[in-house]
Amino acid sequence: MTLPGPPANVRRTRVVIIGAGPAGVTAAATLARHGVTPIVIDEAAKPGGQIYRQPPDGAARPPREIYGFDAAKATRIHGLFKDLQSAAKIDYRSQTLVWNITRNEQRFRLDLLHNGVQATLDADKIILATGAVDRALPFPGWVLPGVFTLGAAQIALKSQGVAIGRRVALIGAGPLLPLLVNQYLAVGIKPVAALDVAPFIAKLRAFGGLAAQPATLLKGAYYTARAAALGCAITSNVRSIRALGDSRVTGLAYATADGKTHEIACDGIAASFGLRSESQLADLAGCRFEFDNASRQWQPLRDRVGRSSVSGVYIAGDGAAIGGADVAELAGEQAALALLDDGGTPTSVERRHTLDRALRRQSRFRRALESAYPFPAHLVANIPDGLIICRCEGITAGQLRDSIARRHPTDVNRLKAFSRLGMGRCQGRMCGHVGAELLAAHAGCGIVEAGRLRAQPPIKPIPLTSALATEVSS
Amino acid sequence: MTAQFKQNQQTHGAALLVRIKPRTSALVRFTIDGRPATAHIGDTILTALLLNQAHVRDFEFGGSQRAGFCLMGACQDCWVRLRSGPRVRACTALIEETMAICTEGRAV
Repeated sequence: MTLPGPPANVRRTRVVIIGAGPAGVTAAATLARHGVTPIVIDEAAKPGGQIYRQPPDGAARPPREIYGFDAAKATRIHGLFKDLQSAAKIDYRSQTLVWNITRNEQRFRLDLLHNGVQATLDADKIILATGAVDRALPFPGWVLPGVFTLGAAQIALKSQGVAIGRRVALIGAGPLLPLLVNQYLAVGIKPVAALDVAPFIAKLRAFGGLAAQPATLLKGAYYTARAAALGCAITSNVRSIRALGDSRVTGLAYATADGKTHEIACDGIAASFGLRSESQLADLAGCRFEFDNASRQWQPLRDRVGRSSVSGVYIAGDGAAIGGADVAELAGEQAALALLDDGGTPTSVERRHTLDRALRRQSRFRRALESAYPFPAHLVANIPDGLIICRCEGITAGQLRDSIARRHPTDVNRLKAFSRLGMGRCQGRMCGHVGAELLAAHAGCGIVEAGRLRAQPPIKPIPLTSALATEVSS
Repeated sequence: MTAQFKQNQQTHGAALLVRIKPRTSALVRFTIDGRPATAHIGDTILTALLLNQAHVRDFEFGGSQRAGFCLMGACQDCWVRLRSGPRVRACTALIEETMAICTEGRAV
């Protein structure tokens, strides 16, 4: 016999937060303070997200060694979460992947995977705090063993206490590059090259806006100056890069703005060019997106406080727009306050104004940072036909251009259907944006018209067998 | 450095990753394509593999090899098969005692 559940107005509102990085943690703490017990779902084994990622048991090191200047912030976020857990103010589901979201009348249904077992969970309201991944761009040799993203080179250090080589070359277009150079120097590995694909002049021009966050600006300047003082000056305005090697990386060739080419021996390369929001779940929840010219990527639409275009779905942190950990903390709290406000729970007007002011300052800084590190269009302008664009299935630029020329796809989803670009395991995380750039260049349309790959469930690979054992909790 | 580690390095190319300081956690014994190897508690499968050799897996669409890329569970370039059946993402799954990892293209 099935007993009818309590009527909707009596049943307690179930709030699910997806992601336990800085945005997810502050959102959870804010809800808990107002008497709401959220379910916090995170893929990792421990909270912190990527930025404050905690090493697995057995690989622990002192926070100062792992997080450097940010050790106090990391420790505070970890501590905040631990307190919520021990006071049973949250329902924490670690090592759990949300691989689909569907709308089910006024509620949402989440498909989960934990320990190989499939489950579904219904939610009334969702806060997406899904973070970001490195923006990868293809270059010759980028699929060789020994080539990683900058984020990967940092995770290797932070989470595993390993470096990506003894002679490493670091290449980037964003503030992660000077930070990582210093992190490698701190463990006794002096990078053999530190290359920035953005021009130095762009940083000078952006100086005024960057001064909106003096502490952050100072930290960046310190890292850059310290790298130079230790004999690892960052070379700006690098025009092209090529990883050398047969079965693994043995060197790097690059061209500088003066037209000269350089070749150095190295056994590890980390290269990525800013970050991209992990917005697949927002897409599946039905959120509308818009193209952001400054960061040259699609972002889920949201209002000033984090409401998406779908009622009941809120978005905070790098999963909404790249802003970094400090912004994520503020935005997580702000989205949680908006959620409470929408549900009729009184919140502090003063606090909301404080958050709004802080985030506006951060947003001026972010705009300046984006002009300091513009999208490196020159790296995608002349991609050779033989270069692999889709790492998963080995699809080359030539194959894509052929598909474009013969079948005239009108957007990147059509290009996917014709070429399989983005159909592999990574679901286009590493290649979708590059496919759009190629399509725009070849078809002569704008990057907005080229569009973005639609998210498809499961957003990450799940074992087929897991679908056989389903637990439902509603 | 164990004798096994040295032998693996000689036969299968030097390690790709470098430990920045010795790990004091317990030793884990596992196999890579049947060859015995060691790692430490707290190592991911990817770390364990790349401290013993220079690749994580054969690339299934060609004669090359891959060694992971993003290390945060996004690029999906480090899936390997365990001899016991399941496929695991090497950058997020931890190495365990007696684990038998297949990095070869046509595994099992």
